Amino acid sequence: MADNILEVKDLTKYFKTPKGMLHAVDHVNFTIGRGKTLGVVGESGCGKSTTGRCILRLIEPTSGEVLFDGNDVAKLGKREMRAMRKDMQIIFQDPYSSLDPRKSVNQIIAEPLILNKILKDKREIEERVFELMDTVGLAERLVNAYPHELDGGRRQRIGIARALAMEPKFIVCDEPVSALDVSIQAQILNLLEKLQEERGLTYMFITHDLSVVNHFSDDIAVMYLGQIVEKAPAEELFAHPLHPYTEALLSAIPVPSLRNRRKRITIKGEITSPIDPPNACRFASRCQYACENCRNGVPQLVEVRPEHFVACSRLADIRDING
Amino acid sequence: MENNQGTRSRKQYKRRSALQEVWRRFRKNPGAMLGLFMVILIVGVAIASGFIFDYQKDVVAQHITQRLKPPSAQHWFGTDQLGRDIFARVLYGARYSLSIGLIAVCVSLIVGVTLGAIAGYVGGIVENIIMRVVDIFLAIPSILLAIAVVSALGQSALNLMIAVGLCTVPSFAQVARASVLTVRNNEYVEASRAIGATNWQVIRSHILPNSLSPIIVQATLRIGSAIISASALSFLGLGIPLPAPEWGAMLSEGRQYIRDYSYMTLFPGLAILLTVISFNLIGDGLRDAIDPKLKR
Repeated sequence: MADNILEVKDLTKYFKTPKGMLHAVDHVNFTIGRGKTLGVVGESGCGKSTTGRCILRLIEPTSGEVLFDGNDVAKLGKREMRAMRKDMQIIFQDPYSSLDPRKSVNQIIAEPLILNKILKDKREIEERVFELMDTVGLAERLVNAYPHELDGGRRQRIGIARALAMEPKFIVCDEPVSALDVSIQAQILNLLEKLQEERGLTYMFITHDLSVVNHFSDDIAVMYLGQIVEKAPAEELFAHPLHPYTEALLSAIPVPSLRNRRKRITIKGEITSPIDPPNACRFASRCQYACENCRNGVPQLVEVRPEHFVACSRLADIRDING
Repeated sequence: MENNQGTRSRKQYKRRSALQEVWRRFRKNPGAMLGLFMVILIVGVAIASGFIFDYQKDVVAQHITQRLKPPSAQHWFGTDQLGRDIFARVLYGARYSLSIGLIAVCVSLIVGVTLGAIAGYVGGIVENIIMRVVDIFLAIPSILLAIAVVSALGQSALNLMIAVGLCTVPSFAQVARASVLTVRNNEYVEASRAIGATNWQVIRSHILPNSLSPIIVQATLRIGSAIISASALSFLGLGIPLPAPEWGAMLSEGRQYIRDYSYMTLFPGLAILLTVISFNLIGDGLRDAIDPKLKR
């Protein structure tokens, strides 16, 4: 277990709103092994992106620890944090707003190199930019282009090149493909996969699309309203979804076959408000199995099968765990 | 082999600095180039007038026998009620009006944009305090404010510039805050922080360049209105002391004679018009040139 590059302990982020405390991330725990990919799935607003940003400290977490290579990120001073940022990077969801429209491709990719004084010589920087562009599959002739002249896929490649510039060990991919066309999604996913193999990168892959995360992740964590409700190795999760929410999510993946269609479970009702949520299972109001008991206390993550954690108090009643 | 090809083709990617790029686009805009040409001309006139005319003899000396002469070969723009040559006064006046316009706008640009940018970037209590103070200033009529400042500081050219400048601080602060607010929430700002940029670096390299275009337009428009406010103050006797040929002061002097000797107001008025238009043309051109999306 020593080779966990990232360990998140009890991470919490509350936002103050006029109506009360918004529990964006509520006591989240997980670890990511070196060179592995953790897929984080959940619907919009469940705190996936906030978790990713708290790890990078783009948002200050309310409480909890983020241990990166054993150092608590949340306690680092400004200078140490800058040094730490070289090791952990982020790829953003929207390649349109994540690139400065006034900077050329060259300037965008070179920015991290110049800011962190990794390279000083102009020619060295130029060489490195070309090298990075080559790595992510951008044609050299685009070096002086501006982002608005390029399509979504190319823009996302720029974002990836920028993240790679400092040779990070760990990258948070915040829905890197959800703003792209399906055909380009595959290209970008293949690129990320190739980079992981070549450089031994570790990913935290945030998405709302389970089919994307399926072939990409080693482990998957399912989030609902700021909490992880189920966490398991990818294959195990797809084979034996235990939490009712996961079950419903998986049933929503389209199956390209007429015979093997799954019974689709639709989740009814509105998502519970994340502002001052009651001390109960967050999913209870929409869960088809919910009973009185579910409204008393928040269920904790329990290891029900090897490496397979679920937070559901009725698990024993609704599932044949060993089946 | 592929490597060879790579290095060879690389030479073709001409690298231009940001400034060169802006200039290249600016140059393609005929209106902006006309504005630039006229501003250079006016600045040239302002500088040259000091060598062509003798202030005591040509600009302020009174020649009662020559008073109220219409434009002629001897007096191109005619003479005023004290027999002073209007041509000389208009040319010499470019010095006063230009420097008032430019310096007043610089004052409000620096103060206003700093305040607005801080308010927009920091947010929270700081923003509230700054913007409420700005609101208070906005509630006071600007000419009243300028009068108060001039009477407090005393009557001089420099104080006039400060007074006129302070009046436009609120509008600069508001424009700057608004555009910083829209830029601040873009993901590229977060991206820049993720690669380790400090607050100052983020402001300098991402936020300011992206929020600059409304500020530049505002500034060029304000040069015109600063010249006009300064002349209003001169009219009230709070501007540059009278014999000096400030365009606004000349306008208000000529006002009494406008029925019979309209050329007395025509030429200083035209001078103000041309100056203001040229600055506005430059401003429009700059705004388009700075935005790479409007390229081509």
